[in-house]
Amino acid sequence: MTAWIIGFIILLAKLGLVLVGLLLLAAYLVFAERKLLARLQIRLGPNRAGPFGLMQPLADAVKLLTKEDVVPNKADRLIFLFAPAVVAATALLIFAVVPFGQGWTIGNHQIPMVVADLNVGLLYVLALSSIGVYGVALGGWASNSKYALLGGIRGAAQMISYELSLGLALVPVVMLAGSFSMVEIVAAQSRYPFLLVQPLAFFIFFVSAVAETKRIPFDLPEAENELVAGYHTEYSGMRFGLFFLGEYVTMVVLGSLVAVFFLGGWQGPLLPPLVWFFLKVLAVVFFMIWMRGTLPRLRYDQLMHLGWKLLVPLALLNIVVTGGVMLLLRA
Amino acid sequence: MDQKRNFLAATWEALAELARGFATTFIHLFRRPITEQYPEYKRPLPERSRARIILTRDPDGDERCVACYLCSAVCPVSCISMQSGEREDGRRFAHWFRINFARCIYCGLCEEACPTLAIQLTPNFETCQYDILTLVAEKEDLLVDHGGKNHDYNFYRYAGVIAVGGKGDHLQEAKPVDRQSNMP
Repeated sequence: MTAWIIGFIILLAKLGLVLVGLLLLAAYLVFAERKLLARLQIRLGPNRAGPFGLMQPLADAVKLLTKEDVVPNKADRLIFLFAPAVVAATALLIFAVVPFGQGWTIGNHQIPMVVADLNVGLLYVLALSSIGVYGVALGGWASNSKYALLGGIRGAAQMISYELSLGLALVPVVMLAGSFSMVEIVAAQSRYPFLLVQPLAFFIFFVSAVAETKRIPFDLPEAENELVAGYHTEYSGMRFGLFFLGEYVTMVVLGSLVAVFFLGGWQGPLLPPLVWFFLKVLAVVFFMIWMRGTLPRLRYDQLMHLGWKLLVPLALLNIVVTGGVMLLLRA
Repeated sequence: MDQKRNFLAATWEALAELARGFATTFIHLFRRPITEQYPEYKRPLPERSRARIILTRDPDGDERCVACYLCSAVCPVSCISMQSGEREDGRRFAHWFRINFARCIYCGLCEEACPTLAIQLTPNFETCQYDILTLVAEKEDLLVDHGGKNHDYNFYRYAGVIAVGGKGDHLQEAKPVDRQSNMP
């Protein structure tokens, strides 16, 4: 009984730490993105709130929380109020299965550095990212606005299309690791990260994941010069903030997923595991910001072409080739 | 076969161009930002920038404005109003002179219309106020103690007052022509 209670308290502590860490990271990611993007465009970026503008996320949060929460006339009120929570919650929930460090052993207690080591962790990730689509589609639909509806439809079409290649790109990883569990996938990369043997899968996964997060160059659901702000056009105040938060938490989660599946997770020489994990996540995130500063938005037909005619066949081919090579090596 | 090579070449070209784009933005990361930090650094504006309006004085320290209403008439948003008067020496002046800066569009037509160079636009653009009523400027707010863009000009040396001397005695006035000597 005491063991159970101690385990429960440890779990709660881990939950709290992960949640606070994730939210803080997401808040400062917004700041980092604005700063980096500004430097990529030889501007300075936010530098007024606090030293070097470090209080900017706080100021943004205060602003969003004190803004009026507008619900448009004839909007589907219940769904309208519910949709942002879906986006933010699914993004946060995905991180539950991401291992962010080596397990600690205190006394005879084994504390794994992951909130929940599901044996189907990878499927859980894919399932939750599918649920995230609902937040976008329903938010766009419930707003009773043309722009939001168009953005929501685009979002649904894009995210469902790219989910396919996202899932297929991970099949070779599962084949190599022999497990759906994220902890074991990281453990399987103790000798070399899967990036070295699966560069194609890495490429497909990264591209589809960027499309899943609706970031430039795949930001058609919120294309500001066509659709005002896309699916969250009608949202204001903290409800908009939740969409925003969801997007940036997804960015962190995506960075950690890339790190777990292809870059060897927390494993690395010299530095402590947590630092390695953090560095890998930040590297992926930096690349995404860099990409935003470099690439223009795709056209809708190009987006669908890339997803269905290039990434999905490539991913299928990659699975077949990986399976063949594995069979050959085993024989 | 040829088609396949074309496809490969196109792919290679696309990837190379993509890499070039990424390299370009990455280089920009290390360039010096060109941002000017506004309240700390104020860009020196050209002398003839059109912003806040002033009423200038002539070199003797008198008001240049002769309350002719030309600026008020030409103003496209009708933000200038005044009441004219006449001094004992015959010189005209404005009893009161009012510019509503909440309406002013800084087009500079008043400055162009002014015959005495009294009303002038200055580069001072920082005129923001929280209360719109404080943007209404009276004569004492507008009047400055210098000549603005042209310090030496004095309209009354040339016109506008009763001439004291005889014909041809005024400043820059030609001597009257003797029509007897002007015959063809």
